Amino acid sequence: MSTVLNLRNVVKEYGQLKAVDGVSFSVPPSCIIGLLGPNGAGKTSLIRIITGITQADSGEIELNGENIYRLRDPSIGYMPEERGLYKKMKVGEQLVFLTRLRGLNKEDAYRRVVYWMKKFEIESWWNKKVEELSKGMSQKVQFIATVCHQPRLIILDEPFSGLDPINTSLIKEEILKLKSEGASILFSTHRMEQVEEMCDYIVLINRGKVVLQGEVGDVRNRYKEHLFELRFDTDFSPPPEGEFDFLPVTARHTNVRLRDGQTTNQLLEYLLKSGAGISSFRELLPGFSDIFIKTVNASNDE
Amino acid sequence: MNKLGLIVAREYLIKVKNWKFILTTLLTPLGFLVFFIVVGIIFNYQGETIYSIAVVDESGMDIRLPEEQGKLRFSPSSESMDSLRARYARDEISGIWVLPRFAGVEVQDYTSYYYSDRPVDIELESRLESLLQQEIRDRKIGLLGLEKERLDKLDTRISIDPEPVSANEKDRSAYAGKIATAIGGAMGYIIFFIIFLYGASVMRSVADEKVNRVVEVIISSARPVELMLGKILGVGLVGLTQLLIWLLLIPVIYFFGMTIAGIDVQQVQQAAQPMAQQSPVDQEELLVMIREVASMNWIKIAFIFVIYFIGGYLLYASMFAAIGAATGDDINDAQSLTIFITIPILLAIYVMFQAIRLPESGLAVFASFFPFFSPVVMPALLAFDPPWWRIVVSVILLFAFCYFMVWVAGRIYRTGILMYGKKASIKEIGKWILRG
Repeated sequence: MSTVLNLRNVVKEYGQLKAVDGVSFSVPPSCIIGLLGPNGAGKTSLIRIITGITQADSGEIELNGENIYRLRDPSIGYMPEERGLYKKMKVGEQLVFLTRLRGLNKEDAYRRVVYWMKKFEIESWWNKKVEELSKGMSQKVQFIATVCHQPRLIILDEPFSGLDPINTSLIKEEILKLKSEGASILFSTHRMEQVEEMCDYIVLINRGKVVLQGEVGDVRNRYKEHLFELRFDTDFSPPPEGEFDFLPVTARHTNVRLRDGQTTNQLLEYLLKSGAGISSFRELLPGFSDIFIKTVNASNDE
Repeated sequence: MNKLGLIVAREYLIKVKNWKFILTTLLTPLGFLVFFIVVGIIFNYQGETIYSIAVVDESGMDIRLPEEQGKLRFSPSSESMDSLRARYARDEISGIWVLPRFAGVEVQDYTSYYYSDRPVDIELESRLESLLQQEIRDRKIGLLGLEKERLDKLDTRISIDPEPVSANEKDRSAYAGKIATAIGGAMGYIIFFIIFLYGASVMRSVADEKVNRVVEVIISSARPVELMLGKILGVGLVGLTQLLIWLLLIPVIYFFGMTIAGIDVQQVQQAAQPMAQQSPVDQEELLVMIREVASMNWIKIAFIFVIYFIGGYLLYASMFAAIGAATGDDINDAQSLTIFITIPILLAIYVMFQAIRLPESGLAVFASFFPFFSPVVMPALLAFDPPWWRIVVSVILLFAFCYFMVWVAGRIYRTGILMYGKKASIKEIGKWILRG
């Protein structure tokens, strides 16, 4: 099986608005995909199509290599951005209900819920009503509800919004663990540092279209600007006009942008000859925030 | 268990296990019992004041009033007005009733005088009036030389006993119409009440899920229509459970109520009887009534009642569910949209009252076919024994329309529950139905 999820040319229109406009991408097994895009780009519409809440107007969706896409496939786990649980229902009952709704039988559902509640050290909440829980507590419950039935594809819409740092790192850890156990995770987010930290792939959409996608390292390489950072032990004054384009920051700190055909070796050779005391040298890769803003602006200008 | 079953079970259990449900189920019949007793007591309240009235009879007719009647005490007096006034001042008597000279049989208007510093209440006034009227009537009968027994013979009680024309129709007693009207009205009212109560509960439950945002999690696992139907069926089962408990509980509670408050109830009844000024239904009439009630085809009526209950509930509950789904983030938003339910169902009640008065009228026939009215009107007409074809056509129409309504509601529902924020407008709801 090559892919967990494969979208081809998926379109969804709401009246005049093309919320999703010919989106194609695939999700390989055991990886984390970041679905990025500005507000209103169509992320939630796309996620609702993948989870089977709404149907695409056209396009193909393959799940687990099967051509026939079943709406609300139980191999998907979904945590919507607008989170919610039954307030009057007890935590344990609620999780068992939601897990059974995903197709597990009573005994299995019960076992899985107990397993996860133990894992998060919240077994004592079994008989608590959700309305008695704090926000952070109910977020843990919500996460369990999403992954309890062992989905192969976990879709999280803004999973970290509204989480405190402790829960953020807990959920992050669990996401990485689920990935190492073979699940694929697709999550939408605004927070670029999380993309850099966690994602293997990104899909950036704007106005319903994919404007950038690929492996995180590849995307970065694509956007690199041959910019390097140099730090010195002694003061360094770059020549005003010369072979290399120095962009001084401080007396002992300067950036260099290499021209086409120039190599780092040539730069270092030049510096050594000039007798500068180099303390550090590294490439400056573009941050995802920059890539995001650049790409979105470029596609808006089209 | 399939998803629909799971949703129904959740909805049912969460409601039934709620202490509020248990409390209302147990306390409602008790509440009604207390209510009826209190109402009875209020209506039979006579006040504790005893009126001792000195009667100054100057009529020359020798009017004889009873010494005691209810809270009234009469004492004939020949004292002077001054000494009576003194007695009034000493609080020995509460009023002085002066009956002036009575001119004879020709008198049509006769004014008597009641002396008291307190206003004469309506009850006292009407008691005194009716007592005096009866007395004067008897005196007039005497003056005219008539015999009271012969006069009484003038009164004739009339009744109309319906008889069938065809041989295969059963003979019904004179009470058939009245009993059918009473039973029909009660059945129509019960259906109306149940539909409204539990329909509103469906609406609240739907809106609650939407406002809670739990709905998106659920419908990523189950179809929106499954969720909607699950809710409607779950709440419907709660309603049936409650009805069943009441059916079992009401006789028990009333039995205990009667035993515990036995003396009180009897007193209330005894006090009520002379007030009502009508002879209690005699044994024979009661028997005829019981026979008439027993002769009705109760199995048929109960069966058809349940069918209309299901149909009416499905129809209105799906409308309630659609409105719940169209509500905004404020759960009370939905209130203004409920007018689309309130109007047809209130009309149904008014039509029902006309229909049981005129069960063969065009209005009644129309209402028994019109799906918005038939669940309320048709059970009310059952006691009048409508022809089978009318019931069958009405049921088919009702369920066909139900199917359509569930479909429409499903379309509103599946779009509405994912639209957060403001309440939907009628125009938007229309779009949801058409576009889907």
